[in-house]
Amino acid sequence: MPTGVPIEIRSLTKSFGAVAAVSGLSFTVQPGQVTGFLGPNGAGKTTTLRVLLGLVAASSGTATFAGTAYRDLAYPLASVGTALEAASFHPGRTAANHLAVYALAAGIERCRVGTVLDQVGLTEYGDRRVGGYSLGMRQRLGLAFALLGDPGVLVLDEPVNGLDPEGIRWMRGLLRALAAEGRTVLVSSHLLTEVQQTVDEVVIISRGRLVYSGTLGDLEAGTTVVVDAPDRARLGAALSGAGSQVEQGPDGLIVIGVTAAEVGAIALAAGVPLSKLTATQEGLEDVFLELVGEGDPA
Amino acid sequence: MRFANVTAAESLKLTSTRLWWILLLVLFGYVAFIAALLAGLFGAMGEQLSVTPGSPQLPDATLPPVVYSTASAVGYVFPVLLGALVTTSEFRHQTLTPTFLATPRRGVVLLAKIVVLAVAGAVYGVVALIASIGLGAPILAATGVPTALGDSETWMLAARVVLAMSLWAVVGVGLGVLVPNQVAAIVIVLAFTQFVEPILRFGATIWEWTAQIGQFLPGAASDALVGASIFASLGPGQVETVSLEWWQGGLVLFAIAAVAALAGYFGAWKRDVT
Repeated sequence: MPTGVPIEIRSLTKSFGAVAAVSGLSFTVQPGQVTGFLGPNGAGKTTTLRVLLGLVAASSGTATFAGTAYRDLAYPLASVGTALEAASFHPGRTAANHLAVYALAAGIERCRVGTVLDQVGLTEYGDRRVGGYSLGMRQRLGLAFALLGDPGVLVLDEPVNGLDPEGIRWMRGLLRALAAEGRTVLVSSHLLTEVQQTVDEVVIISRGRLVYSGTLGDLEAGTTVVVDAPDRARLGAALSGAGSQVEQGPDGLIVIGVTAAEVGAIALAAGVPLSKLTATQEGLEDVFLELVGEGDPA
Repeated sequence: MRFANVTAAESLKLTSTRLWWILLLVLFGYVAFIAALLAGLFGAMGEQLSVTPGSPQLPDATLPPVVYSTASAVGYVFPVLLGALVTTSEFRHQTLTPTFLATPRRGVVLLAKIVVLAVAGAVYGVVALIASIGLGAPILAATGVPTALGDSETWMLAARVVLAMSLWAVVGVGLGVLVPNQVAAIVIVLAFTQFVEPILRFGATIWEWTAQIGQFLPGAASDALVGASIFASLGPGQVETVSLEWWQGGLVLFAIAAVAALAGYFGAWKRDVT
């Protein structure tokens, strides 16, 4: 079973002409977990990934796999599997041949083509030309390409784009399973909610700079909790007494600046039975948007 | 990163889409048509002329090479198109991304592509010769012209046709990396080979000094390499005798391919793939 190595981004800067797409970016992605790479469109996610993969030259800084640049990997596809956002297929080539081309180039056994087609559920479409594929099928084929060399590191750019709800659920399970096997899994997305249920850690960038790196739980510390009790007034008093900022909401009290666990502990200490306790997704999304500086949706 | 692996991948790329055999079919039909037309026309003309005493004679010995060399003289545009199309499609369909992910050494990829296209061009040459000799020779024979098929010089010419077609495919790859825009590359190939160069070659025969330059045009160099061409035979003929040696023609063609490929390598091929 291949095990992952850390992805290390160090002081990475990439400018296209006068425009800095990525500025002094540093973060580390650990093996054995799924890491979300988040930021709004144009934040520099794809540029960062393309520099990491040797497709784009860095202006300064490094992006390596445990110290080794992509182009210096002895067996690139067997070390790092990649699915990038752009659909990079020749429409007139069948999926099986598409994979066979790159298996040949990377010296990977031809039998892996059938294995990965099976793994992504495209076996019966393998002999069809990719030109007739739906967006969801192309995403699956992109993932098949990433899995071709059974790599220890997976770098996936917007992998759930174009997948139906069932496909999204399947993708979540697959990513979690791959990480559980000890692989490094980096998944980019411009929507926090899209990867929220999948990722252990998040790296959030905005305008080419790092704004957050850590667990989702820590990020949620700044989020809002909606809590309610049959005796709402007593609950409010208990929370205020504990120093929390409390507001009246339509379906309960909105508590800002504490986790759901802390709210529960306060209520328990005050002996107030709760009827509702939720860390709202909107809250997490708000924190995310605030972080990336897009709090006011235009 | 073994070169043989990358070469195998590049040849599967070429053979796993329909382009190569569609172009090959058209090449065969086109060359067969022109070769049959020339053989029939000149063969019949020779018969007509020979019954009129005192009229100029088309020497029988020059006719077979002219007919057989249509394989490259009119067919050379097909390997160029093949080379240019497979190279530009890498840019157009963004397949450079998985290609460079599998083989981060980009120079190796380009070299493998050149090797594969050189072989494909040679195959095109063989098929074009099957068309030009396969139809030309029986028609020449039918009109009473010696087919020269037993002549070793004919088969040397055939070998040089294969070499020329191979080099033309490499010129196509060079053009493809130099001009990654597929539409632009096709327009350049068609406009240059079918329009610009014929006019330049024709114009170059007017003066001695232009003829000296004109022999370095790729089509002229190719004809020099092959050693016979319908264009050379049909030129105004004042100073057309100026032509490179066959090996010089080959070197000129190779140099054109190499310069284009190198310029493209340092231009589009090494650029950021976004």
